[in-house]
Amino acid sequence: MPNLKQLSHREELLTGGHRLCPGCGEPIAVRQILMATEQPVLASNATGCLEVSTTIFPYTAWKIPWIHIAFENAAAAISGVEAMYQARKAKGEIDEDADYKFVAFAGDGGTYDIGLQALSGAAERRHDFVYVCLNNEAYMNTGVQRSSATLKGAHTTTSPAGTVIPGKNQDRKDLTEIMAAHDIPYVAQTIPGRWMDITRKAEKAFELEGPAFLNVLAPCPLGWGHEGALTPEISQLAADTCIWPLYEVEYGEYNITYTPKEKKPIEEFLEPQARFRHLFRTDEGAEVRKAVQEWVDWKWEQLQNKAGD
Amino acid sequence: MAETKAAVKGNKVALEGNEAVAEAMRQINPDVVAAYPITPSTEIVQTFAQYVADGKVETNFVAVESEHSAMSACLAAAVAGGRVMNATSANGLALMWEILYVVSSLRQPVILTVVNRALSGNINIHCDHSDTMGSRDTGWVQLYAEDVQEAYDNLIQGVCIGETMDVRLPVMSCLDGFILSHSYELLQVQEDEDVQEFVGPYKPDNPMLDIDNPQTYGPLDLYDYYFEHKRSQMEAYPPAKQAIIDQGKRFGEAFGREYGLIEEFMTDDADFIVVAMGSTCGALRDVVEAQRDNGVKAGMLKIRAFRPFPAEEISDALSGASAVAVLDRASSFGAHAGPLYHEITSAQVTYSNIIPTNNYIYGLGGREILPEDLSSVFDDLHEVAEAGQPTEPVSFLGLRE
Repeated sequence: MPNLKQLSHREELLTGGHRLCPGCGEPIAVRQILMATEQPVLASNATGCLEVSTTIFPYTAWKIPWIHIAFENAAAAISGVEAMYQARKAKGEIDEDADYKFVAFAGDGGTYDIGLQALSGAAERRHDFVYVCLNNEAYMNTGVQRSSATLKGAHTTTSPAGTVIPGKNQDRKDLTEIMAAHDIPYVAQTIPGRWMDITRKAEKAFELEGPAFLNVLAPCPLGWGHEGALTPEISQLAADTCIWPLYEVEYGEYNITYTPKEKKPIEEFLEPQARFRHLFRTDEGAEVRKAVQEWVDWKWEQLQNKAGD
Repeated sequence: MAETKAAVKGNKVALEGNEAVAEAMRQINPDVVAAYPITPSTEIVQTFAQYVADGKVETNFVAVESEHSAMSACLAAAVAGGRVMNATSANGLALMWEILYVVSSLRQPVILTVVNRALSGNINIHCDHSDTMGSRDTGWVQLYAEDVQEAYDNLIQGVCIGETMDVRLPVMSCLDGFILSHSYELLQVQEDEDVQEFVGPYKPDNPMLDIDNPQTYGPLDLYDYYFEHKRSQMEAYPPAKQAIIDQGKRFGEAFGREYGLIEEFMTDDADFIVVAMGSTCGALRDVVEAQRDNGVKAGMLKIRAFRPFPAEEISDALSGASAVAVLDRASSFGAHAGPLYHEITSAQVTYSNIIPTNNYIYGLGGREILPEDLSSVFDDLHEVAEAGQPTEPVSFLGLRE
């Protein structure tokens, strides 16, 4: 894998000047992922923050061929592009040594919820593509509504913390495991705050033939309610608390890529974020925190068992 | 269709409508087909899948998990740069709805066969035009076939119409579910190489796979540009109309069967003209002839191209009549009449050729239309002509009331 110095000489394929918020985790992740291959990359993008903020006509921040069609079909779209590539290559209209890479970007709304069917279908059909979920744990583009990726207890505009209900009532769906259950060559969770982790996983995802799924926790200063400058640290805290374990599943083999020296209590991740503030004000809030901690512990234990750790 | 004297090669064979469509697809040999089966168009997809399995085409066939993904993958594949085809019906078309608009907005000549079927609910697998009438404003060219021969011919022409450089629009080639899709008909199938020559090689237009010229397709387009982009999209439809005429002529020269936007059958001196689309036109021809035998100056106007709508041509074709009936195989719920009636009476007003016109809704969910139903329409038109206005703006054929 390239070192930092080598990476610094690679071309930025998502330029500056886009209109994502300061501190947004998404462009950090996208730039690091696109740096992980030196082959030509073609991208599809679901409707969402990344799409609307990088392609406001007549401007575009993309230096690669890029397509957006709708919200729920980033995987179907990239499968169409890849299918045409394979068709033209088979007819000898594209150099047989060419090694184009195909990537789909979508948020958690476009992946966990409305786009899950298209993703499952494209993965099952074994198209050669990398699907990147930029998971900021809610529908941020439309103003912070809950998704099935939202952590229990989080305040969102459709799971508001009120006097009776303390934020979102349900635990997060484990999409990474759903994708692992598709038995595709490569599945991984990562964060933008650890450049080696995300670059190495993206490099593998591009190199392995067939579908790969990267689930990237992308902090959202606006929706999560934290300082933009804290994005890398917040994502690191998600890993240190095991709320977002960093691991990969390569041809069915589980490998935890980062084990915190000391697993931190979830409060260290929750407290800096306004979306969890209500959980620190009442006894009911403390109950929710306890339930989330138990869920995190249970999931972490399950993962360690799968990895044989 | 007008038979001309062009030298005709090829074979007369008996095929079902679906088989004829699949045969045309095999001969066209598209780069990508992404499809999801639905009755009554399933046979097209499965027959084509067998061609792929047997190496009879070079197509990359993508068996997607839904019609939404089918149209999404077709659009993206077309943007990538190549010839793309697909087939569906009714609810499948409805699931594609969102993407249909994006295909025409991105000006991609995706070719879709729609085997017409009633939309749910209640669920019904038989023919009416509610599916494609519902998608009439999605920006797709729509051609309707009267018989299996025309379904085969329309698909081949559709490729050339959609790919015309100043058109670049998606095309729906429509045929009536079961009535045509599952009926055997003796038709002329052209030689593979002649079809290949007719459609020619695909001409890419800013393909996404051109990695040396990376482009952004489908950006965010707000109030400062969206309107101009929609206006420029509207510019594609007059050339599309011309392309339907041109390709219909070219097809006639190549294969002896010439087509236009509309077909006038015995309308020249007709007092009474019945307007219809699809397979009903076949039965209408017989009824018109029977009316003529009885001394009634009857005629039929067949609408082959519903989009772009040939308003002026229709208005002209009807101008000599004293009464007109429009047959709609779909309802426009909440509107005062069926969709074809709206378009035709609007054309009459626009071109100042107002003829008293009745509307008949018929055949919903596959209800049969019988020759006596069609004869009764001509009977009504005597009264319409006498009254000088529609006697009953909307009535129903073949309905138990």
